[in-house]
Amino acid sequence: MKRYLLLCLIFVTSLAHAQLNLRVTKGVDNPTKIAVVPFAWQGGKLPEDLAKIVGNDLEFSGQFEATSPERMLSFPRSEAEVHYRDWKALGAEYLLIGSITQQAGRYYASYELFDVVQQKRVFAKLTVDGTSAQLRDMAHHISDKVYETITGIRGIFSTKLIYVEAFKQPQKYRLMLSDIDGFRARLLLESRFPLLSPVWSPNGQRVAYVSFEADNKPAIYIQDIATGRRQQMTSFRGLNGAPAWSPDGQKLAMALSKDGNPEIYVMNVLTRQLTRITNHFAIDHEPSWSADGASLFFTSDRGGKPQIYQVHLASMQQERVTFDGDYNARARVSPDGKSLVMLNKRPGTTHHIAAQDIKTGNLRILSETNLDESPTIAPNGAMLMYATRSGGKGVLAAVSLDARVKILQPPKQGDVREPAWSPFFN
Amino acid sequence: MITKAIKQGLTLAVVMSFLVGCSSSDNAATEAPTTGGSSVGSGVSEATLSNVVYFDFDQYALTAESRAVLLAHADKLKGASVAVRLEGHADERGSREYNMALGEKRANAVRDFLVTQGVNGSSLEVVSFGEEQPAATGSDEASWAQNRRVEVKY
Repeated sequence: MKRYLLLCLIFVTSLAHAQLNLRVTKGVDNPTKIAVVPFAWQGGKLPEDLAKIVGNDLEFSGQFEATSPERMLSFPRSEAEVHYRDWKALGAEYLLIGSITQQAGRYYASYELFDVVQQKRVFAKLTVDGTSAQLRDMAHHISDKVYETITGIRGIFSTKLIYVEAFKQPQKYRLMLSDIDGFRARLLLESRFPLLSPVWSPNGQRVAYVSFEADNKPAIYIQDIATGRRQQMTSFRGLNGAPAWSPDGQKLAMALSKDGNPEIYVMNVLTRQLTRITNHFAIDHEPSWSADGASLFFTSDRGGKPQIYQVHLASMQQERVTFDGDYNARARVSPDGKSLVMLNKRPGTTHHIAAQDIKTGNLRILSETNLDESPTIAPNGAMLMYATRSGGKGVLAAVSLDARVKILQPPKQGDVREPAWSPFFN
Repeated sequence: MITKAIKQGLTLAVVMSFLVGCSSSDNAATEAPTTGGSSVGSGVSEATLSNVVYFDFDQYALTAESRAVLLAHADKLKGASVAVRLEGHADERGSREYNMALGEKRANAVRDFLVTQGVNGSSLEVVSFGEEQPAATGSDEASWAQNRRVEVKY
């Protein structure tokens, strides 16, 4: 069996050519206008355009509109060269300038932010440094700083995305890791057999997923992202699905049908001790931890149609949580623990992504596309991504939790699906 | 209604022709074993026992049509010591993992039916692929109907 695994799997961490392109199709009604001036640089062509990356990042949030460099009347390199009048004329509310220097093989990017309306500097010159391979990281770092300064919300531009890319003829599945803007896509695992349900460990170092590689049957695996080292966590008869890390990272909730029917279990990651949580002849599936780790939300069709239920782990008491729609499944809890994001269908409509306030039960539809599934929430709680279909292909879309942003990723090669948004890394 | 009656009639014909005489086995997983002679062009006598049974949307109960097909399989499998793999599938709509469970419930329904018809349960293996391996790749009712299925493989 071991040799068989080696033959059909690759878990190198080489750069893949594939890249997801993000495109903002709809932002907020009144985005904040920011001018990001091309960073000053004495030398040949840099491998990355930092100002362009920062502008794209901020637009990706849906809350900003970046001024095109072609419209700029001047390219200031320091505060002394800033003429607020020029930027006011362009309608810019904020101005970011920067410069890059190189020293002993390292790049140093210094940047300053100005408030055009109030005509004052927002923060004093800051510097970030890195190698040429880290230029994109440096840009994302600057984006985070600018976003956080202006909105008061922590930026997610340095977080990562794991997703599944599926190919037909020959059938092939790839587990991919990329920047949140889709760039620098990297192969984590390739298999001839289905891969699904990737989820990040809370510390951002590991990923759990379901793979059919062993005998074309499902099993849950954990993979260390940096080293590629893998552990097979389950190989029970029947369904082995929907792994979900507890907030402390010590337990995995999952669905197993080893006792004849899909039920929710919790496994201690270290000891692999299993605790059965549900016991019902209906489907119990897709567990997701509450923010405090004291309860699990899960999908069950015990009422005839799939709906979300909650089980309190101390008392094992269970209650139904969703009532709006004839299909609610695969819930995810927002980082603040206040909302559930899930797959929802109302009678006579198609499946959409919806958010429900856990306390009030109020449900809002967030997506307008067709065949939507697999929502994943950004660690700052301000955005989410989901999988949908466009032009006959699986693509990813993003939306802000207030349903005002729509971003679609045009497909490149395979079907892109099952996005998993990383936690913050520090 | 008429088409349903015709379908059921055809199914019955399939079952009958199967019962009449065939012990041919076919190992190709995707090919249905053919019954009767090899007269390819002769239409009616060229009946096949389907290796696939279909389900309604979001359902895992067997239809009358499926039961008729499975009865024929049960007769063939009864007393035989052949390993059977029951592969459950779902259409692409809805949650990917939930569809895994749906596929398994469908395959379990087929297994339970075969067991009640006297087939040895330990020879039946159930596996679900959810929506991962569609038989038809379109995003329309006709494709979805073909994808909500259990494949009986032996």
